[in-house]
Amino acid sequence: MLELRRRGGCPGPGGAAPPPREGEAAGGDHETESTSDKETDIDDRYGDLDSRTDSDIPEILPSSDRTPEILKNALSGLSSRWKNWWIRGILTLTMISMFFLIIYMGSFMLMLLVLGIQVKCFHEIITIGYRVYHSYDLPWFRTLSWYFLLCVNYFFYGETVADYFATFVQREEQLQFLIRYHRFISFALYLAGFCMFVLSLVKKHYRLQFYMFAWTHVTLLITVTQSHLVIQNLFEGMIWFLVPISSVICNDITAYLFGFFFGRTPLIKLSPKKTWEGFIGGFFSTVVFGFIAAYLLSKSQYFVCPVEYRSDINSFVTECEPSELFQLQSYSLPPFLKALLRRETVTLYPFQIHSIALSTFASLIGPFGGFFASGFKRAFKIKDFANTIPGHGGIMDRFDCQYLMATFVHVYITSFIRGPNPSKVLQQLLVLQPEQQLNIYKTLKIHLIEKGILQPTLKV
Amino acid sequence: MIAFFFIIIYLGPMVLMIIVMCVQIKCFHEIITIGYNVYHSYDLPWFRTLSWYFLLCVNYFFYGETVTDYFFTLVQREEPLRILSKYHRFISFTLYLTGFCMFVLSLVKKHYRLQFYMFGWTHVTLLIVVTQSHLVIHNLFEGMIWFIVPISCVICNDIMAYMFGFFFGRTPLIKLSPKKTWEGFIGGFFATVVFGLLLSYVMSGYRCFVCPVEYNNDTNSFTVDCEPSDLFRLHEYNIPGVIQSAIGWKTVRMYPFQIHSIALSTFASLIGPFGGFFASGFKRAFKIKDFANTIPGHGGIMDRFDCQYLMATFVNVYIASFIRGPNPSKLIQQFLTLRPDQQLHIFNTLKSHLADKGMLTTITEDNE
Repeated sequence: MLELRRRGGCPGPGGAAPPPREGEAAGGDHETESTSDKETDIDDRYGDLDSRTDSDIPEILPSSDRTPEILKNALSGLSSRWKNWWIRGILTLTMISMFFLIIYMGSFMLMLLVLGIQVKCFHEIITIGYRVYHSYDLPWFRTLSWYFLLCVNYFFYGETVADYFATFVQREEQLQFLIRYHRFISFALYLAGFCMFVLSLVKKHYRLQFYMFAWTHVTLLITVTQSHLVIQNLFEGMIWFLVPISSVICNDITAYLFGFFFGRTPLIKLSPKKTWEGFIGGFFSTVVFGFIAAYLLSKSQYFVCPVEYRSDINSFVTECEPSELFQLQSYSLPPFLKALLRRETVTLYPFQIHSIALSTFASLIGPFGGFFASGFKRAFKIKDFANTIPGHGGIMDRFDCQYLMATFVHVYITSFIRGPNPSKVLQQLLVLQPEQQLNIYKTLKIHLIEKGILQPTLKV
Repeated sequence: MIAFFFIIIYLGPMVLMIIVMCVQIKCFHEIITIGYNVYHSYDLPWFRTLSWYFLLCVNYFFYGETVTDYFFTLVQREEPLRILSKYHRFISFTLYLTGFCMFVLSLVKKHYRLQFYMFGWTHVTLLIVVTQSHLVIHNLFEGMIWFIVPISCVICNDIMAYMFGFFFGRTPLIKLSPKKTWEGFIGGFFATVVFGLLLSYVMSGYRCFVCPVEYNNDTNSFTVDCEPSDLFRLHEYNIPGVIQSAIGWKTVRMYPFQIHSIALSTFASLIGPFGGFFASGFKRAFKIKDFANTIPGHGGIMDRFDCQYLMATFVNVYIASFIRGPNPSKLIQQFLTLRPDQQLHIFNTLKSHLADKGMLTTITEDNE
């Protein structure tokens, strides 16, 4: 009866419409009875999307159309299942080698790469929103979405840049002004966008416009904050960027392989291809992989040192005295391991112990990000986020499991590893009033002398 | 309602904090209920629990950040509080993650889209409602005047614009709200600026409004007692020539805060209404007349607070950019957690900076 009533609402002011409407008004499960019909109408329009989007799927081109000709010719002999497998495999290797190339080129390139990925993910998700709501023709909306992306990026980059490039920024007068009033300027920019949105509301499309507004904001929350946390982790030291990301990738690949060879018990209804064997096998192999990768990377200063900007040579350097975390230490083994390995102690980098925590998170919680994205794709009846990478789908498909990893690593670093950023503390000190600075100076002096860091000399 | 407001101000900052929190919870409840009604999703498994759980997590995160700043000494004394505050971010993140995983596990085959919509709806509501309320509390801690003047300016603008529109209104302002007029808008603007000036003049005289709220360890309560800062002391200002001939005075004595209040009132009258238009558009989009029926004749709590939406953020950004510097005790706290070589580096840089400014009487060489 409910379904009949709803379907009856859709054809509009047709003959069958009036009786069901009265029936519903009598049923009255909403306070505003006359409006609930209109809500049902609109929901029908969107509800129809559920059945209509099946016809949308042919719009999404099959992935093999984007495969280069060479590959197609080379694989023409194989059956389509193996062809797909090979395409995926080759693209995986290509992506991994590009990744290595960019790592070699340095942290600045990595930053640009992260920024590029963020913009592309944002574009993919917004495009899905447009298609779902057929809202390509809404006035202003594409401009506004990109404008908000720009604002939020400006805000975040300003906060990061000001911290790390303090010396560079102090030199330039205009930059100083921008930094000092950074929050105010970002807020003013955001406000301008907000007011433009309110002014752009068009009578018939209110709901759509609000949906797109919310869609934009949630997308910004997801993609932009993640990418900035990734860059902050990167500045801590490239190892904090590489080990988590490779753990997630390794977990993806090993879970797939274990599932392929041993998979039997399904894991969750959301992703029927995942299995418990894959999950657990992936967990153990990721922990081992993380352990080994941490060991190899901890040796090199290039990966371990925080990225700093040297104003004299105007470039990034990663040279320093490796912190305690990256110096070999001897740990005495607990008794049962002692018996197993027949050794008394083992020399490890302390970072390897942290890497176990990171890999555990990557294997246990990372997949939830993947399930979230699978649920999202099922909810909006799309097969892939986009078609950027042949055989793999869009950029977002590759990065869905990374979703929570960056936040976790950042929270982990701030809670357990790093103290506050010295240059930021200094910058804030310099902004204070002179009397406050003098007070702090005296307090610090007393403290340092007490600790023996400062030798007491003539009284100031 | 206005009478209540005055009573609550009299009761002090702690009660104000609790009121702000209650208003926040009620607004959240109203908006989420609208979402349920729109999507007919009252029967979704878990979803009400999850929405309230997320509200709890985000509140815990924000209150933790505020509490550790302002109640530093109290927190250091109690051992469990200290651990909670040291690993605060990690604990909040873990709580949020649990909610996220519960959401993913609760996805039911036929209702994916609805569940994602409600998830998005909850997050946007949290973004709007909870961040605003925490910024309001931040402003409150700066001094009750930073809480009272902005909120009264917005209320005054509402009332004045309505009255000007009622008596003189002719040209409609925006299609979204047909009852608003240009006359009301401009009249409200001038009236609010004047009101702001008068109100800040009256309030700047009282310490209890002007001083930052501090927690006194000995008496275990909040105190608002201090030496009023520069902002709240009368200064002489020379009136520019044009106004001099009009009023016939050479100088005027004002609190510097009154000049800031002009900026606050201007924002309240010019941009505040956009918050109202946003809420009107929202109500039209989802075809509801009022957010709820809590207050007879006025609609829900959210109806009263929609114009406040951006005001709290603006005041907070204003204070952070133009008024307050970083918190000195927080800086010292951060300094003490650095490594010794970093501490020394900062100390020496500060020393040379102060010496450049001529603040240090003698310069001595401090070696390691």
